[in-house]
Amino acid sequence: MSLVAVTRSEYTKQFSTVGWWVLAIVLVVYVAFTAGVLALVFGGVASGRLTGNGPTPQTDGLAGLVYSSASGVGYVFPLLVGTLMVTTEFRHKTLTPTFLATPRRGVVLGGKFFVGIVVGLLYGILGSAAALAAGAGVLSIFGVDPELGSSDTWTLVGRMLLAFALWAVVGIGVGTVVRNQVAAIVIVLAVTLFIEPIVRTLGGLVSGFSDVVKWFPSAASDALVGKTIFGAMSAGGSGSLDWWVGGLVLLGYAVVFLVIGLFTTWRRDVD
Amino acid sequence: MPEGQVLELTGLTKRFGAVSAVDSLDARVEPGLVTGFLGPNGAGKTTSLRMLLGLVRPTSGTATIGGKRYTDLASPLQTVGAALEASSFHPGRSAANHLKVYARAAKLPTSRVDEVLGLVGLADVAGRRVGGFSLGMRQRLGLATALLGDPGVLVLDEPTNGLDPEGIRWMRSLLRHLAEEGRTVLISSHLLAEVQQTVDALLIISHGRLVFQGGVEDLADPDEYATVVDAPDRAALSALLDERGIPYQLLRNGFTIRHLEPVEVGALAAGAGIALSNLQSKGASLEDIFLELVSGVRVHASAGGTTVATPTPDTALPDAGVTDAAIPTPAVDPLPAATPVEAEPEPVGDVPSAEPAPSTDMVAIPAPSRAARAASHPPQTEPEQPRPSYSVASTGVIDVVPSAPPRHDGDPVAATDDTEVPR
Repeated sequence: MSLVAVTRSEYTKQFSTVGWWVLAIVLVVYVAFTAGVLALVFGGVASGRLTGNGPTPQTDGLAGLVYSSASGVGYVFPLLVGTLMVTTEFRHKTLTPTFLATPRRGVVLGGKFFVGIVVGLLYGILGSAAALAAGAGVLSIFGVDPELGSSDTWTLVGRMLLAFALWAVVGIGVGTVVRNQVAAIVIVLAVTLFIEPIVRTLGGLVSGFSDVVKWFPSAASDALVGKTIFGAMSAGGSGSLDWWVGGLVLLGYAVVFLVIGLFTTWRRDVD
Repeated sequence: MPEGQVLELTGLTKRFGAVSAVDSLDARVEPGLVTGFLGPNGAGKTTSLRMLLGLVRPTSGTATIGGKRYTDLASPLQTVGAALEASSFHPGRSAANHLKVYARAAKLPTSRVDEVLGLVGLADVAGRRVGGFSLGMRQRLGLATALLGDPGVLVLDEPTNGLDPEGIRWMRSLLRHLAEEGRTVLISSHLLAEVQQTVDALLIISHGRLVFQGGVEDLADPDEYATVVDAPDRAALSALLDERGIPYQLLRNGFTIRHLEPVEVGALAAGAGIALSNLQSKGASLEDIFLELVSGVRVHASAGGTTVATPTPDTALPDAGVTDAAIPTPAVDPLPAATPVEAEPEPVGDVPSAEPAPSTDMVAIPAPSRAARAASHPPQTEPEQPRPSYSVASTGVIDVVPSAPPRHDGDPVAATDDTEVPR
């Protein structure tokens, strides 16, 4: 089976350079820091040790909110790693030997798809572990139940792994459409750090707007995970998608990008 | 033992907009030989190879390996090994891992990685990142990648680039050895001298068109020889030659005379009492022939379907080339009086107005360009002596262009440079 060989090749390709673990370390540090700070603030306010401005949040379900920061802020990492899986090939011209070894180009993209899921799941495990360790540690300092034994927590972790895997595949799609590595990274960061947060904030303020905004990728991702800091902070969580619809929407983005890329840049002459 | 396959290019054409990078190329590369694929920079070598390897989609025509297109090969790396450029590596990946990636894709055992690394002399640096490699080491790693599947066909783009003299010698003997095993070996280069000692057969292209196909020995015409003669009293010698009506060319090392044996020249000089300081025969230099072929001054019959009906290149016949529809010259009208002549439509470096492609300037080589210009003015330079051949000033070698008989001498267009086209 050629697809198996290509997937093994892509796997070797992915894990024989330093890129994946550099991004993984940043992911772990970033998620642990975010989860720790959130646990400090929410835990502190909920336990009454810190004085909040608004109504005191309930300690119930607080742990899940803290843990969800893994996908809430960490989703950009599987997105980036997926994008890099494709744009690196363009940048270093390794697409030439890749297509020489596997002239059927669609199969190459298939191999990347599977390896993207593997890397996404790996990042999901690392991100979740970082959020759980930092979040649970800080929450227990304040005497808030970290809910590590709760099935809700582990359902949340499972959905986050799914979200991470899907984001990696979306990244592969983005990289296939935008083959310039610098452009792709700038687009990914601009969309995830500026455009989407601003539009989603506006969506929470203007009525009717939220019906559009909920279909945005990060909104779909939050819907898939179920809990989200963004949802908790922006008022009135009107019209969020069902979790499984969120997952399908995210998968839809990945498929649309991959198909566009497959019929445009992926078919082009390699030089 | 892997079998060599015949590589066949049939009407292979690649256009980028109005520019033809490769223009109906027909060629055949046989197994058991090292074939040199030559042409100046921008002639379309790399594009042709990339079309052969399924990386670039031809505008029309086909390129096959043993009758199959590259994309239809069942196990491509085991059939064709290719090294196209010395930069197709991720700098952060080690040499061994680079090879492992493609060994996996081709379902080759990873033991093959160590074998080819040893074969190209990179075993000691197998674990080092390619980013720290020199150009020569990258060339070797590219060759290792090509040899990974022990293929019957090897396609190497400028394989000796960046190698030291010892490396070049090693590469040559390796390529010879591979061809002797019955494999098909195709190497490209922009220098004939670089491959002259290695190759058995030659494909020469210029401006995307085939200008020569055949053995190295077919390149030079055995009838083509010259005598170099010099005397301390050059004035007397030139007077003698003028008197006898013998055409010559005065270069730094003496007078070059075509189609005369040294014995004849020597007898002539002795008869006139001129003491000679130098008398030797000189064969045509292959490099000069190569330069003339790619500049269009010389046309070889082996250029297949693109060969001329008349043996005259379009440089000597201003109205010939522009009549051919294959040239992307929408603005250029043929001469009003011109009858359509089936001629070599090779665009030549010194007709920029007839060739809108920006690449023209890049490919034009100064020396042959001047030679071509000289060739286009036979009636002006030598009006009273129409001869079957005349000298090429800068190269010192005869070109085989006969003087153009059907010139309209009264026609003002024919008298002007052929870059001037009627509007």
